[in-house]
Amino acid sequence: MITSKKELKEFAQKEQSINPKRVSKKYLKQYRIVLANEGRIDSNKIEDYIVYDGYIALFDALENMNPDEVISEIKLSGLRGRGGGGYSTGLKWETVSKVESSEKYIICNGDEGDPGAFMDRAIMEEDPHKVIEGMIIAGYACGASKGYLYIRAEYPMAIEKLNQAIKQCQKYGILGKNIASSNFSFDLEVRIGGGAFVCGEATALINSAQGGRGTPRQKPPHLSEDGLFGQPTVLNNVETFANISSIIKNGSTWFNSIGTKNSTGTKVFALSGHIKNAGLAEIPMGITLRELIYDIGGGITGTGNLKAIQTGGPSGGCLPESMLDTIIDYEALKEVDSIMGSGGLIVLDDSSNMVEIARYFMDFSQNESCGKCVPCRVGTVELRDLLDKFIAKNATKEDFELLKGLCEVVKDSSLCGLGQTAPNPVLSTIKYFEDEYLEGINND
Amino acid sequence: MLLANTDNRYKIIEKNMKKLGYERSSLIEILHNTQEIFGYLDKNTLRFVAKRLKLPLSKVYGVATFYNFFRLTPKGKHTTIICTGTACYVKGADDILKLFEKRFSIKSGETTSDDLLSILTARCVGSCSLAPLIVIDNNTIGNITLDEVKMEMDELIK
Repeated sequence: MITSKKELKEFAQKEQSINPKRVSKKYLKQYRIVLANEGRIDSNKIEDYIVYDGYIALFDALENMNPDEVISEIKLSGLRGRGGGGYSTGLKWETVSKVESSEKYIICNGDEGDPGAFMDRAIMEEDPHKVIEGMIIAGYACGASKGYLYIRAEYPMAIEKLNQAIKQCQKYGILGKNIASSNFSFDLEVRIGGGAFVCGEATALINSAQGGRGTPRQKPPHLSEDGLFGQPTVLNNVETFANISSIIKNGSTWFNSIGTKNSTGTKVFALSGHIKNAGLAEIPMGITLRELIYDIGGGITGTGNLKAIQTGGPSGGCLPESMLDTIIDYEALKEVDSIMGSGGLIVLDDSSNMVEIARYFMDFSQNESCGKCVPCRVGTVELRDLLDKFIAKNATKEDFELLKGLCEVVKDSSLCGLGQTAPNPVLSTIKYFEDEYLEGINND
Repeated sequence: MLLANTDNRYKIIEKNMKKLGYERSSLIEILHNTQEIFGYLDKNTLRFVAKRLKLPLSKVYGVATFYNFFRLTPKGKHTTIICTGTACYVKGADDILKLFEKRFSIKSGETTSDDLLSILTARCVGSCSLAPLIVIDNNTIGNITLDEVKMEMDELIK
């Protein structure tokens, strides 16, 4: 008989110690903040979200904190942009809050375009209110009264869920005028993308949200001064906003006790490719790639032998097996020439040809280049054609030098992030899998 | 007037534009809505949208051609989207695409001459754990094998 809460807890502990396997390793190493509600709430019901402490953080902020205190809490938490940039969220908010303007905007970047990344789709579909709560808190902190959710057209269900969630909030007065009897008013609107990868870039997204072609522009001025409709704008990714309510609710000390010194909190990864447990995993920063792939991911399928893992999509890199003990942390991944990226992680078995993988990504970037600047528009085509020569095994030594040189040119001289990072998959495969390029050189 | 005012579909678009306050910044939403109703965007519909939003036709055409989602030609009775995202790619999306292209003798982005089928590719539909996958008429089929692809193609021809 179990007669008290204390006994229940003891029972659970005892069971765990007798049979540690009772809790699958797949879940044991995860730590769920962003995905905490996954599977336990009906995402169609705001009431479900509220039962699990939803909107408590917002009301707490509105009743007991001033905007500066909210910003300082987010700053202290160490939260960094989860879209891949890794810029401090608190600093971003602070900059916008300090700009004097009658109109300011909060935008959520739901244009998850990296192939292999689907965590933002899952968050928007499974827990739309968590994103909305983060955005309203951002609005309060920065002095904005209007927000937009920019969602890619490929995610019709996410668009539907967020539109529905916005209506529910308006019904309960969580969005609208004088939220929680305060002086603060805030409203949200959904904007739909049109299927252009470049719109994940901040300035391109702004152009697209204004109804134009999604071409980027030179920075500065930054969005904090000249954003949507020329006004100061905060732009954060879906997963970033989904972290906010938990930070306000549990405090920055709790949040920065998770993860590493410079990369606090958790990150959601989308595991796919030749991996057993394909799907989403939310892990504390600081565990190794090996733990993520073998303990949580359950190991390699396909041929069963790991060749490389690809992170960061077309802007990222490929890491070989020897790098598996790298910890997941913004800086640690950058050091080995890969990036955290938005969290897509594709496992490749040893049947994969790395030059072909590089060519795949270059073809992607070439196709998605908006055509505004020359290095990206022309460079990506040239790089793809060069890679084709290696695949056909009739490249020359000069081609190899040209390939490396051209990568640097495209990287250094492109206007926006798309072009600046497009050569990354080539550079990282040259670094770790040079042999496969050399095999493509015809020495006759 | 250049438009057939008797066509009810224009009234639906008009109603939607009104709802959005004829905002020029809602152009993409309006084009989505127009495509949903007409199936694609032709010259007449683009002119109509431009006129109602008081935008130059060049701007509307520029936006319609910039985004992958908008089609300027009609599509077939059925549509197959083959996801070519990285996860699908490493699990053989290319072979699936080739199978389709060979069977129907058209390239990706084209429609068969009898208007039966359009073959499209997607950059990533965001269901990578189900790779490889295809979408036939809004019906997503994940973890698909080449044999299953052949069966689906037979179904389409029936």
